[in-house]
Amino acid sequence: MKINNIKIETQEFNLYYDHFQALKNISLDIEENKVTALIGPSGCGKSTYLRTLNRMNDLIDNVRVEGSIKLDGVDIYHSKVDVVNLRKRVGMVFQRPNPFPMSIYDNVAYGLRIHGLKDREKLDEIVEKSLRNAGLWDEVKDRLKKSALGLSGGQQQRLVIARVLAVEPEVILMDEPASALDPISTSRLEDLIAELKDKYTIVIVTHNMQQAARVSDYTAFFLSGEMVEYNLTKDIFTTPQEKRTEDYITGRFG
Amino acid sequence: MKNRVKYEEKVAKILLWFAALTIICILFAIVSFIVIKGVSSLSWEFFTENPKRGGKEGGIYSTVISTLYLTGVALALSTPIGVGAAIYLTEYVKQGRVVRLIRFGTESLAGIPSIIFGLFGFVFFVIFLKMGWSVLSGGLTLTMMILPTIVRTAEEALKSVPRSYREGSLALGATKWMTIYRVVLPSAIPGILTGIILSIGRAVGETAAIMLTAGSALGIPLSLYDPARTMSVHLYVLAMEGLSMENAFATATVLIALVTIVNMLANRFRIYFTKQVS
Repeated sequence: MKINNIKIETQEFNLYYDHFQALKNISLDIEENKVTALIGPSGCGKSTYLRTLNRMNDLIDNVRVEGSIKLDGVDIYHSKVDVVNLRKRVGMVFQRPNPFPMSIYDNVAYGLRIHGLKDREKLDEIVEKSLRNAGLWDEVKDRLKKSALGLSGGQQQRLVIARVLAVEPEVILMDEPASALDPISTSRLEDLIAELKDKYTIVIVTHNMQQAARVSDYTAFFLSGEMVEYNLTKDIFTTPQEKRTEDYITGRFG
Repeated sequence: MKNRVKYEEKVAKILLWFAALTIICILFAIVSFIVIKGVSSLSWEFFTENPKRGGKEGGIYSTVISTLYLTGVALALSTPIGVGAAIYLTEYVKQGRVVRLIRFGTESLAGIPSIIFGLFGFVFFVIFLKMGWSVLSGGLTLTMMILPTIVRTAEEALKSVPRSYREGSLALGATKWMTIYRVVLPSAIPGILTGIILSIGRAVGETAAIMLTAGSALGIPLSLYDPARTMSVHLYVLAMEGLSMENAFATATVLIALVTIVNMLANRFRIYFTKQVS
């Protein structure tokens, strides 16, 4: 499989928690403006890999990495890389919606404000645009000043996406974003992902294989810290090359 | 067999009920005893006049001011230091031996009898640093006394802030301090306030350590270097030297009322902030 517009290039990447090796020699190219799904059983390393892409693993003590991950050709683990700037470019949506305990407006404006934007009109404009792009504007436009914690789970997750969109990232990482949502909210979220990929490169971890099949262009199958197979989603689900991939997607284990 | 279990259940319930009742009775007995004895001497002048003839006559105006002044100094110093230390211990340091040692230290500090703080304050602030009996010496001594409480409660409050808030903020490119200042601290305010309320109670009620460090001179302290007699000290002197039991009880009544008002106000704040964050 040949990938043309590589956004993120991972080469022979290893990650250790103390002595435990959580990622083994991962090499994987992620294409720009496509959705790449990471699948595999719990503890296979897919979330760990996702979190290496915006260096969220830095927050954990005793983590050691080897190899390289390049974003637009620049190694994000290079000592000169500004992590704050990296995380601005690579946004993240978590498993459980995590709006901050403040108003809907302040949540979306948060990222802009911490990066120094104060102009009220500009803030209003970006907040509205981000909420519209996250498909939430019509539901919240009359209660922007109300607490974000009063929203439903699905709305909260879209709010979190709006919050990420507001800082204009290039890549959006999603760590099982629908696992805490009901089926209707999940389907709205999947529609949203399909809309967002025109502008953003999306990497999504999911436990739900139908979801991976529905939303993604590429799929990588992880098992015990290794990347077993990586291919176009339509190929991996119809003609998996590896026995272990086939066993997993047909539900024989995992 | 079955009857026996039922019987035990009943006995347990009665005993527990009795324990709870005892607490309420003690509280009620103390408060009503003091208020009944004290309320008859209360008047508007009692608040607005300074003590006369050593407290035999007159009011307690200067001691109320002294109490507020000392407590204010102690809180102004201990809140930023305590909350700062708590932030450092929970957010910045790697959890391990050193942190456990510091935590053990603060806990031990909280258990030291206040008279020992008083003695240290007397030797160190009053004599060695030549601050004399003053609001400053007393305030610094109180600060040391209430710091452990503030640190511990603030630590607990910070720890109870969900990790997902921190992750969400950091993932947006916020720095650590931004994350703490804008997301973590606001969520922890109700818990931190609880610690401050407890500290106010302790500071207002402290007597021995204050006598040793702020003195017991009557008169309104006009600067940090003036001596001060707080309400608790005043109460102690009135009762101990048999100057006026009526005024002692009246002072006690005001003291109780003051602590109650502070607690109620602080609770209001706490509820207000809790609403803000949930």
